Amino acid sequence: MSHPDNTQLVEDAKRQLDEIVAREDPLKPKDRLAIPFQEIPSQTPEERIANMDEVALGYTPEQARVESLRCFDCKKAPCVDGCPVRLDIPGFLRAAGEGDFREAIDIIKRNSLLPAVCGRVCPQETQCQLHCTVGKSLKDVNKSVSIGRVERFVADWEAEQAEQDLPEVKPETGRKVAVVGSGPAGVTVAADVRREGHAVTLFEAFHKPGGVLMYGIPEFRMPKRIVQREIDTLRTMGVTVETNFVVGRTRKLSDLIEKDGFDAVFVGTGAGLPKFMRIEGENLVGVFSANEFLTRANLMRAYDRKNADTPISNARKVAVLGGGNVAMDAARTAVRLGAEEVHLVYRRTEVEMPARVEEVGHAKEEGVIFHILENAKRVVGDEQGRVQAMECLKYELGEPDDSGRRRPVAIPDSEFMMPVDTVIVAIGNDSNPLIKQTTPEIETNRWGNIVVNENGKTSMDRVYAGGDIVLGAATVILAMGEGRRAAASINELLASE
Amino acid sequence: MNRILFKKQLAEEIFELKVEAPLIASERKPGQFVMIQLDTDFGERVPLTIADGDPEEGSITLVVQAVGKTTHHIADLETGDVVENIVGPLGTPTHIEKLGTVVCVGGGVGVAPLHPIAKALKEIGNEVIVIIGARSRELIIFEEEMKAIADELIICTDDGSYGMKSLVTGPLEEVCRRDPQPAMAVAIGPPIMMKFCAETTRPFEVPTVVSLNTIMVDGTGMCGGCRVTVGGETRFVCVDGPEFDGHLVDFDNMMQRLGAYKPMEEEAHEQCHLDKEIEELKEK
Ligand SMILES: Cc1cc2nc3c(=O)[nH]c(=O)nc-3n(C[C@H](O)[C@H](O)[C@H](O)COP(=O)(O)OP(=O)(O)OC[C@H]3O[C@@H](n4cnc5c(N)ncnc54)[C@H](O)[C@@H]3O)c2cc1C
Ligand code: FES
Repeated sequence: MSHPDNTQLVEDAKRQLDEIVAREDPLKPKDRLAIPFQEIPSQTPEERIANMDEVALGYTPEQARVESLRCFDCKKAPCVDGCPVRLDIPGFLRAAGEGDFREAIDIIKRNSLLPAVCGRVCPQETQCQLHCTVGKSLKDVNKSVSIGRVERFVADWEAEQAEQDLPEVKPETGRKVAVVGSGPAGVTVAADVRREGHAVTLFEAFHKPGGVLMYGIPEFRMPKRIVQREIDTLRTMGVTVETNFVVGRTRKLSDLIEKDGFDAVFVGTGAGLPKFMRIEGENLVGVFSANEFLTRANLMRAYDRKNADTPISNARKVAVLGGGNVAMDAARTAVRLGAEEVHLVYRRTEVEMPARVEEVGHAKEEGVIFHILENAKRVVGDEQGRVQAMECLKYELGEPDDSGRRRPVAIPDSEFMMPVDTVIVAIGNDSNPLIKQTTPEIETNRWGNIVVNENGKTSMDRVYAGGDIVLGAATVILAMGEGRRAAASINELLASE
Repeated sequence: MNRILFKKQLAEEIFELKVEAPLIASERKPGQFVMIQLDTDFGERVPLTIADGDPEEGSITLVVQAVGKTTHHIADLETGDVVENIVGPLGTPTHIEKLGTVVCVGGGVGVAPLHPIAKALKEIGNEVIVIIGARSRELIIFEEEMKAIADELIICTDDGSYGMKSLVTGPLEEVCRRDPQPAMAVAIGPPIMMKFCAETTRPFEVPTVVSLNTIMVDGTGMCGGCRVTVGGETRFVCVDGPEFDGHLVDFDNMMQRLGAYKPMEEEAHEQCHLDKEIEELKEK
């Protein structure tokens, strides 16, 4: 794939915007359809594999306006139905198209608390942009209006303004709410509950708040300063952030209510229990869960080998198992850490890969070698127990399974060896059992997810939950949506007393 | 604020630190550990077993052996210094039960975390035999503390400079031969020592608990970096442990995994010594 020249993209957009503004008659759908799709300026693959900086540089104001003007503003707004938090998409695009970025961000913030995050990591191609009428008319979902990129632009635009629009906090009510876990679900609840004037303490096990956004998703996709900004906003609103606090260990969940006087608790502890393959050789030296590899690299900053105390393996030939966002993030991080070869091994085909299309494309551009319809059978080690190779099997697609996806079937006698020194397992996460183990009274399902009712309430009095701990490993936007629902219930409970 | 309240050198490169940590002090139970990080941005998180806790004072006691970069820096802290991050208490507490006679074996710095366990076993009514061992006399720690609680204290050194000239497995085997046999053994120390303790008690079928100190990143079950093979199953030391049935632990695999970053650690260790020597030279 050839890379568009960033300067050219910016120049083109300026010209295109001038032309549109100079028109006398209003834009008709036909005219909008003719407006060129705006590529986002990015680092070239050669540049970016040598640094950890964000790949996409973001739209210029002109690009954001031109892209927004592609929106038909259709009455039915099918995009809104595709959005888990029902942003008024045509509304904010209309404002952005007119250059009123303040209005655009205000519209977004009515429903979303984390636009700079969601604009970057939401799978728009399977949500809002999947239903976009422009994409449908052009018969290409990749040519839908880039809703996410405009969202990201206006969020970043706001952050650069001298005056920040802090959410209004009502007078203190004297009630106390504990939020456990500082991922997108927890951050959302903290903000929504605090706005009502309740005192909020956000408890986080790690030394830095932010959840997966901080420890899992790499800097090149989710710059940590953006996560930090969201946390800073919470602090300015008066939320107390307690890091290094493991609920269940440092304090029992029930003690928060019984001894520490919290009136309600929200549990947003995320998925965070790495699945392994349960194959021979999986505990050899050089086999990591993606969580471990990414946490070392991101949260512990091991990519900065000079300054960081946390070591990370000098992986030269790496195999990553899996086909989701986590697998792409691990593979692309390995590339940036200097691996000579990074192989991504997935037992279905690219169509079934759960990763975002954009991430798959980026991984390929960066030289990750894709092995589809293959899977690990065992890991082979040397006398010191270090990974030497991975034995793989080839697969083909058989009959569809319950989920409707065609089941991968191993081809007999198709074994072959892949010489690698590092294996990263990225086949998903189960829910972290710590709360369950230390809080027997909370009801969980057979996957260990906390069970909640339609208001986000758990089986325990005054305890609510949401995000990955309820849904299983899902998405940022769903975690945020769940957080909003639980926060509304908590606010209602406290108001009724 | 995690301020260091007190510091004492116990042996060459072994230090006792009392750190302010009120919540941990009131919740912690024998067998649990904390994770320490000295620098929020670039620091490494290392697990350290809690040797003692004082809920009234709001402090915990840690015993640190300077082996890697971070433990060296911890050992360099002085009274009044602040540890940026301490999280805990982590891990499943020791199961304390009245069983009759129990034998507690501690090697090197492992004697420190063994102490609260031995103490709790004693307090619940067991007869407690304690065996402590080290390479030589200077490396024996917690002798007085152990003497205060043990019904019988056996000390041994590799070089015979103090107590018996023996590895801890010698007296352990002798204790296992006694009648009645001990109802349980607890062994905490270097992996190789725990491995041989488990081998020693195996023929006598004395249930043997070991406390594993693997590499850890989060300490909450999120990364799997601490995993070990126990009875053919993968277990996470930070949440399922740190204590396991010593007869089922695959020590060889564990020791290999512990060595994963050895070359980098050794380099850091040497660098720390070099830096110190340079400092000293400068002072002169
Ligand atoms: C590598 C990776 C890439 C991803 N990419 C995308 C993407 O591109 N797009 C997308 O939409 N989603 C993506 N996801 C999924 C998304 O990040 C999650 O769905 C989302 O973060 C879930 O939010 P949460 O608030 O439920 O939990 P989390 O973000 O997991 O946060 C939970 C927090 O709780 C803390 N915690 C856990 N237990 C305790 C306790 N007992 N006491 C105190 N604190 C505790 C944890 O340390 C953590 O900080 C990705 C996930 C990973 C791992
Ligand atoms: S240290 Fe990460 S799972 Fe145990």
